[in-house]
Amino acid sequence: MLEIKLPGLDLKNPVMPASGCFGFGREYAELYDLSILGGIAIKSATLESRFGNPTPRIAETPSGMLNAIGLQNPGVDKIIETELPFLKQYDTQILANVAGATEEDYIEVIKRLNDCPEVHAYELNISCPNVKHGGIGLGSDPKLAANITRMAKEVATKPVWVKLSPNVTNIVEIAKAVEAAGADGVVLINTLVGMRLDLHTAKPIIANTTGGLSGPAIKPIAIRMVYQVYQAINIPIIGVGGITCAQDVLEFLYAGASAVQVGMYNFIDPYICPKIIEELPAVLKKYGCDSLQDAIGRSHR
Amino acid sequence: MISSKDAVLGNVEIAKDTYEMILRPTKMPNILPGQFVNIQLDGFMLRRPISVSSVYHNTYKIIYKVVGEGTKALSKVKRGQILDVLEPLGTPFPIDELEEVLIIGGGVGVPPLYEVARQFCDKNTKVTVVLGFNDKDSMFYEEDFKILGCDVYIATMDGSYGTKGTVLDAIAAHDIHIDTIYSCGPMRMLEALNQTYSKGYLSFEARMACGIGACMGCVCKDSKDKQLYYRICKEGPVFPIGKVDFTC
Repeated sequence: MLEIKLPGLDLKNPVMPASGCFGFGREYAELYDLSILGGIAIKSATLESRFGNPTPRIAETPSGMLNAIGLQNPGVDKIIETELPFLKQYDTQILANVAGATEEDYIEVIKRLNDCPEVHAYELNISCPNVKHGGIGLGSDPKLAANITRMAKEVATKPVWVKLSPNVTNIVEIAKAVEAAGADGVVLINTLVGMRLDLHTAKPIIANTTGGLSGPAIKPIAIRMVYQVYQAINIPIIGVGGITCAQDVLEFLYAGASAVQVGMYNFIDPYICPKIIEELPAVLKKYGCDSLQDAIGRSHR
Repeated sequence: MISSKDAVLGNVEIAKDTYEMILRPTKMPNILPGQFVNIQLDGFMLRRPISVSSVYHNTYKIIYKVVGEGTKALSKVKRGQILDVLEPLGTPFPIDELEEVLIIGGGVGVPPLYEVARQFCDKNTKVTVVLGFNDKDSMFYEEDFKILGCDVYIATMDGSYGTKGTVLDAIAAHDIHIDTIYSCGPMRMLEALNQTYSKGYLSFEARMACGIGACMGCVCKDSKDKQLYYRICKEGPVFPIGKVDFTC
């Protein structure tokens, strides 16, 4: 009932943890069998290792949190050497999130991951709000977004999903541009740029000044964007933003997502993904859906 | 780590803005000195990481200071309420074989050191304790450490009790010469101790999101290899003295 085939991703269920909220799965593997998951969007890989931003990197907000980690990761070669072999033992689909400071960086990371059978598809991160170069800069302009997508498609031996930023005037325009450039699917949304100030010092709580807002606070925005983009493109959508329960998943499916990612709520309840997967069939049934397909895009019918 | 529903058996103010809570998990996990628990609170998104101050047969205690809205809400929790807690988390203080040890606590850094002192006392290690507080009203656990059999010295910043000044002032005033320390407290205190001592362990506090090592919110760098980093929630909060870089 929960199976779905998407470009590169043969999912036993539509639930996967979002990139940056699950590391490379090691911490959660101590708690449950990762083979339960439809897939895993692993932490961003960059060409070189990155320490990321100074601390504090985290601030709580009403119904959400700000983060400015800054793509901390050990670099693509180390990921290939130590993390992918670890993930190989699990029967789940791996969506490798790819980031870089320049277009060339993205391409080089993809080239190195091309030979890794553990990776089933790529997720181009052109939407990270917490790095000075690359990231959101590439995702805010339809021409630049299309260009990096085209370059990635030229070298990638696996399907390319593009993770879009909500920090744009018109996300539909960007989605259409990456579709035209050959993207196999889109993932929306990444975090929204936000700030919090310390009442004692009057300075930003987060050392990076701004951070990306995630959590239930952004769910209505994510739903709206999935809904609008679904009407405008013909490639599949993975929905992400503020999911905390199976009912939230259903809402994303109705809006037009074919699968979903669970982000910050993994930090609050580390068992949230298996819980949602367990509850999803009953929730689908309750609202009259015999299959995932019944629910996908239902709000448009 | 387990995800537990813990019953609150007590929650009382023991010093200015400082509360002690007794929790009883459904199934008591093995909690080691220096480990912490991550508590979910109604109306707040992120959990609150709080160190465990003492462990008993089927209960444990935490001591926390009201510093913001979250800890304020925690202070309002009533006896009999049930809390959703992830426990225990982090790398504990190893209780090494030692003749004598110096325990140094600052403010809300004092609580995890109580269980450390208990376990050292159980092994007949001679335990000397130096505690620093802002003032006499903020002070707690002087008697509790004494009852364990520890020599206890207090410093207060305003001089309202014990030695006026920091824990280092109290150590100098009482001519304490013990080379292995176990400490927890504010960053500036830990930094001063890191420069003064070379043996022992320091426990750090940090803003955390997940508390289990996944989010990379609470990292610090190695003092020598700048490429190497640690997660305070996972490899820490306890680190051997000298291991962590204080500049980031």
